[in-house]
Amino acid sequence: MRYGLAIDIEYCTGCNSCNIACKQEHGYDAGTFGMKVTELIYPGVAEKVQIDFLPFATTRCNLCAERVSGGEDTLPSCVRHCQGKCMAYGDENALFEAAKKMKRPVMYLK
Amino acid sequence: MSKNYDRIENTTVWSPGPGCHGGCGVRVFLKDMPDGQPAKVVKIEADPCHPWNQGRTCSRLLAYTRYLYHPDRLLYPLKRVGERGEGKFERITWDEALDTVESKFKQFREESGAESVIFVQGTGRDINAPLTFLTYAYGSPNLSQLGLSGQSCYTPRITGACMVDGTLTVADCSQFFEKRYEDPRWEVPKYIVVWATNPGVGCPDGFQGHWVVDCMQRGSKLIVIDPRATWFSSRAEHFLQCRPGSDGALALGMLHLIIENEWYDSEFVEKWTQGLPELRERCKEYTPEEVERLTWVPKEVLYEATKAYAANRPSAIHWGMPIDMNPEATTVAQAIAMLWCLTGNFDVPGGNIASRGAFGIAMWPINQSQVLETYGAEFLEKINSKRIGAKEFPYIANTRLYIQPDLAVEQMLTGDPYKIRGTYIQTSNLLGGNAADLNKHYHALRNMEFNVVVDLFHNPTTMAIADIILPAACFTERNSIRVWHTPAQVIRKLHEPLGEARNDWEIDFELALRFDPKLREKYSKLEDFFDEKLKPSGHTFESLKAIGGWVFEKEGVSVPYRRYESGLLRPDGKPGFATPSGKVEFYSLNHEAWGLDPLPFYREPPESENVTPELMKKYPLVMVTGRRSPVYFHSEHRNIDWLREVDPFPIVEINPKIAKDRGLKDGDWCIIENDRGKFTRKVKYNISMNAKCVSVPHGWWPPEEKGEAPHYYGAWKYNCNKLVLSQVGSSSGYGGGAYKTVPVNVRRAEPGELDAFDEEVRELENA
Ligand code: SF4
Ligand code: SF4
Ligand code: SF4
Repeated sequence: MRYGLAIDIEYCTGCNSCNIACKQEHGYDAGTFGMKVTELIYPGVAEKVQIDFLPFATTRCNLCAERVSGGEDTLPSCVRHCQGKCMAYGDENALFEAAKKMKRPVMYLK
Repeated sequence: MSKNYDRIENTTVWSPGPGCHGGCGVRVFLKDMPDGQPAKVVKIEADPCHPWNQGRTCSRLLAYTRYLYHPDRLLYPLKRVGERGEGKFERITWDEALDTVESKFKQFREESGAESVIFVQGTGRDINAPLTFLTYAYGSPNLSQLGLSGQSCYTPRITGACMVDGTLTVADCSQFFEKRYEDPRWEVPKYIVVWATNPGVGCPDGFQGHWVVDCMQRGSKLIVIDPRATWFSSRAEHFLQCRPGSDGALALGMLHLIIENEWYDSEFVEKWTQGLPELRERCKEYTPEEVERLTWVPKEVLYEATKAYAANRPSAIHWGMPIDMNPEATTVAQAIAMLWCLTGNFDVPGGNIASRGAFGIAMWPINQSQVLETYGAEFLEKINSKRIGAKEFPYIANTRLYIQPDLAVEQMLTGDPYKIRGTYIQTSNLLGGNAADLNKHYHALRNMEFNVVVDLFHNPTTMAIADIILPAACFTERNSIRVWHTPAQVIRKLHEPLGEARNDWEIDFELALRFDPKLREKYSKLEDFFDEKLKPSGHTFESLKAIGGWVFEKEGVSVPYRRYESGLLRPDGKPGFATPSGKVEFYSLNHEAWGLDPLPFYREPPESENVTPELMKKYPLVMVTGRRSPVYFHSEHRNIDWLREVDPFPIVEINPKIAKDRGLKDGDWCIIENDRGKFTRKVKYNISMNAKCVSVPHGWWPPEEKGEAPHYYGAWKYNCNKLVLSQVGSSSGYGGGAYKTVPVNVRRAEPGELDAFDEEVRELENA
């Protein structure tokens, strides 16, 4: 069974809490990311200027293995602190169920 | 993270660290240290049990350890030893620092009266209470956000709206209930009007921005009013991309449509309001065609959006600081407050609700009647007679207690009508932050005999003008309480401060007791003051701490809804509103008595396509300053590496269409200028700005640049406020700082031009 993250882009505000939560949890220096958030500004449908953010789980993301298995929290740090409350964590089945309820899901399986 | 902590303690935020106005509940992971060293904060997390933030928090709070332990933090009191600007300071003891402040300020008070010292705050956070306490203990009437033209931050919105419904209101995102969205009394707003704000990137004014996102997830639709496309506008059903500074015309146009189409709540209007016929007449001037001309918003868009807001109840309006920066901002606030009253959205579930501190606690007196209650009639009369701007402006004489800052800076230079000799500046980096007309503020502060600055890091203000610097503590190093708005909560000291940093509450408290020794009879220590304030909650500081740190009022003034029916909104306990007539006033009786226009009206920005068309030919772009960043709070946090890399450069956001016309490539350093000066920014192509405006984030002074003169951390090189007028922009006295409507041109930098900014500062120093 694989585990991972699902994120609803519709409600990701680009607040970068995931990025910094991850840095704090893992003690990374500036320049190193577990989660990197990219701003996307583009012409959307109906002449709307669309502004989205894409949080990208890098190869450093280990789904907060120690935190979650050590019993400190049931959630990875980024999911706990996500300001848009748009991240889910779980096994592939649970994630797929969560993603089905999302408007614009992206999924990372590790 | 492996377990490298000994204990976890809870507290709440609202002080140095993230820099915000919010009240996040947090869990602080502490490691105890040997040999009496202060315990170390190894990690900070959001508290999932706290109703304010429900387990989440912002990047600035999550980066707190980088702030708290930053090697550049000011940890000891300093006195200036070189000339101002040389950046030469020497460590002194707290006794010497406080003795110096005491004796200088007492000398000023004896020789020139207490009004000769201006007490200055920045955005405030929880230093509003201590600073007010100190200012009045000293006896000065001059409390201010000096630098902020027109006091244009929330004060105009609050005071203007109070003329209509007698109270401060906020969008109802269930924040007054402990169970939040689960509380059965609450309703989801059908629409939320996000007006002149981008709430996802900050927590302004006691409101966590992401509550709007919570409501969206529960079904709220959005109407967004902003010159700039935002994350919210791209998710909005209606987006009104207005001309900067035209919000007043827009609000009047909406009122006009609601009245003429009878989309208002006739039952509420009949029973609880007065002045509708007069308002109707006034609004006739604001036809959809006229409003389209003034605001650039197509009349069809205005119609649909207004109808959606008015016809779908409940709906809420969440507004931002640019409202305060409109010309005649208080009347713009009036007009917007009329929208929620007219549509029956006042103090109903999911509407705009009256906001009261928990248990009705006011930590500091913010209006005339509270000063009267705390300090008595004689004192009130004394400060009213001397407050800068009170003679000229009715709001400054009669409403809040801030001075008119544009008059103040003038007076600091001229000494007319009386001499200003010193300032006490608490966590406000005005020269690197908010001061409109930077050079004027620089000269005014240089003209002072003595400036005290309380802060956490050196910045352009400490460098250019501080004579004594007092180091303030971060939130885990200090005790305080927060009742803005609910719950009542404690901020707890969890470890000894680093070095000799001190809780700024303690600093002000100690000085206040020195200036007014009678206070010692009342308070032997700071916690006595907290206990006195907390009394209505039935708690003391210690007992509130013991039950977990926060408590909601179960029933009473801070609990919504429809408090105009139960009499909780008026001091006399009668049903109705805290206005002269006791009703919602579409026609303001206060305004009538004070010689102001009783009805809302629109005024153009001081410089605009309609009033200064010639100038706009020369400077055809409108610079809108002050867009927020998720990783910074105003002029702070550029020195926090985790945050800086997210938003690394002082940029200008410019539509590629107009950038290309000017030969500007994405990433170029350009010059932005008008007749008042110029500064440089890095070009960022961004289609969210229309082709007539550019967006320039404020507060940039890269801390890695040199601090001493002539550099001042690049404050003269990157500071957009050099181009902003310092002028009185509102007949009420509050509002109208023209930070959002600055005509400019943007062009390529000439060779060598970027290195020539130091020369400007050298000239200033010699002037
Ligand atoms: S799950 Fe943990 S490791 Fe992965 S991005 Fe989130 S915080 Fe970082
Ligand atoms: S914390 Fe959540 S809302 Fe914020 S950027 Fe990350 S995924 Fe988006
Ligand atoms: S800015 Fe908002 S999220 Fe961040 S600490 Fe303050 S209240 Fe909490």
